[in-house]
Amino acid sequence: MSDKVTITIDDCKITAPEGEKLLWVALDNDIYIPNLCALKEKDRPSASCRLCFVEVKGISDPVTACTLPVTEGLVVKTRSPEVDRLVKTAFELLITDHRLGCKKCPANNSCELQKISKERGLKYKSKRFKPFEKDEPIDESMEQFIFDRSRCVLCGRCVWVDHHVAEVGAIGFSLRGIKRKVTTFGDYDLADSPCTECGECVKVCPVGALSFNE
Amino acid sequence: MLRRNIDVFEECKNKALLKFVIMLGELNCVKEMFLLELLEGEKEFILEQVSEILKNNRTERENLVPLLQKVQGVLGYLPEPAIEKIAKTIDIPAVDVFGLATFYNQLRLNPPGKYQIKVCMGTACHMIGGQIILESFERRLDIVEGETTPDRKCSLERVACVGCCAIAPVVVVNEFIEGSLTPTRVDGILLQFDGDDQEEEAGEQEQEQESEGGQDS
Repeated sequence: MSDKVTITIDDCKITAPEGEKLLWVALDNDIYIPNLCALKEKDRPSASCRLCFVEVKGISDPVTACTLPVTEGLVVKTRSPEVDRLVKTAFELLITDHRLGCKKCPANNSCELQKISKERGLKYKSKRFKPFEKDEPIDESMEQFIFDRSRCVLCGRCVWVDHHVAEVGAIGFSLRGIKRKVTTFGDYDLADSPCTECGECVKVCPVGALSFNE
Repeated sequence: MLRRNIDVFEECKNKALLKFVIMLGELNCVKEMFLLELLEGEKEFILEQVSEILKNNRTERENLVPLLQKVQGVLGYLPEPAIEKIAKTIDIPAVDVFGLATFYNQLRLNPPGKYQIKVCMGTACHMIGGQIILESFERRLDIVEGETTPDRKCSLERVACVGCCAIAPVVVVNEFIEGSLTPTRVDGILLQFDGDDQEEEAGEQEQEQESEGGQDS
């Protein structure tokens, strides 16, 4: 792992430790690639948000940057028509079932979705998809934070830190397809779960689904 | 020419996607997961059965789905204490087992009712209005799909094709198939349950009376 390799991202020569994932190499060198589900500590990325697509020389289809280990002589382009199309569709689908109203959102100005929208010039209102408003009650049972499921983008960061960093096991994914959501055991309130209010999950939430009370 | 064809194709695809998302928007959300309260003494019975199954099987994470299937095979469903017990034995968070149980259609959290209503949502039934039939049942029974009435009389679920598309929309009640349904017929089916129950009760009473009468003479 200590071997250094040289790669090219958007015509910039970058040296990075071999085997590190491309997404983190790019982000460390101030090259932005949209991402939601990635966590640096996670050995096996879930690659579920489908936002970190890049074009790699020698591979015909765009690849997800969070799963690609860097190797010597890698040539990467972060933008191309194919990449933009994929990212646009993924972003629009995420936005359709995400409750907007950024002014009232606790994550306003720190939201990853806002950042992606700004960086890639993507609009919140999709011409193709009708918004699908989730009608989930807000969980306000905890003292320190609230959980608003209608803002959740199902990135899975909170579930991962809950299981592997905090090692509590209070929240997880349940149901399937369009009904999929982050719940406690039995879909009870967080106050009735083993949650210890450590706040790890709130820190990693990329949007305003989990937010500290002010 | 090619450019125009691509544009037409994109337009059609977008329309199809839009339709799909609108369809998804009409789905209901499940409100509660464990709906029914356990009867007296039921918890002890459940725990006994579950520990029996756990004793006779490998308790590793990769064996979780077969374990859940076995528990459901014995109890008919996966009650809350059973899931908690399994999670504790395998040493994983209960919420993970819960996520798995809600993911698969085969696994159910609510007990099957005396009358198991399965509304067909195959292609033919879906096109001819299976959703309307399902909604009529939901309204009449005051439960949503996947749940059981509090008296455990009726359970409602949606299934894929049952294989008699000619008489769509179809509903299967305890292996008995009803075809060409209308919302009025839904009321009829539910009335029929009451009738069957009353007959059963009357039959039981008669039997009791007969046995009592036999003792007297």
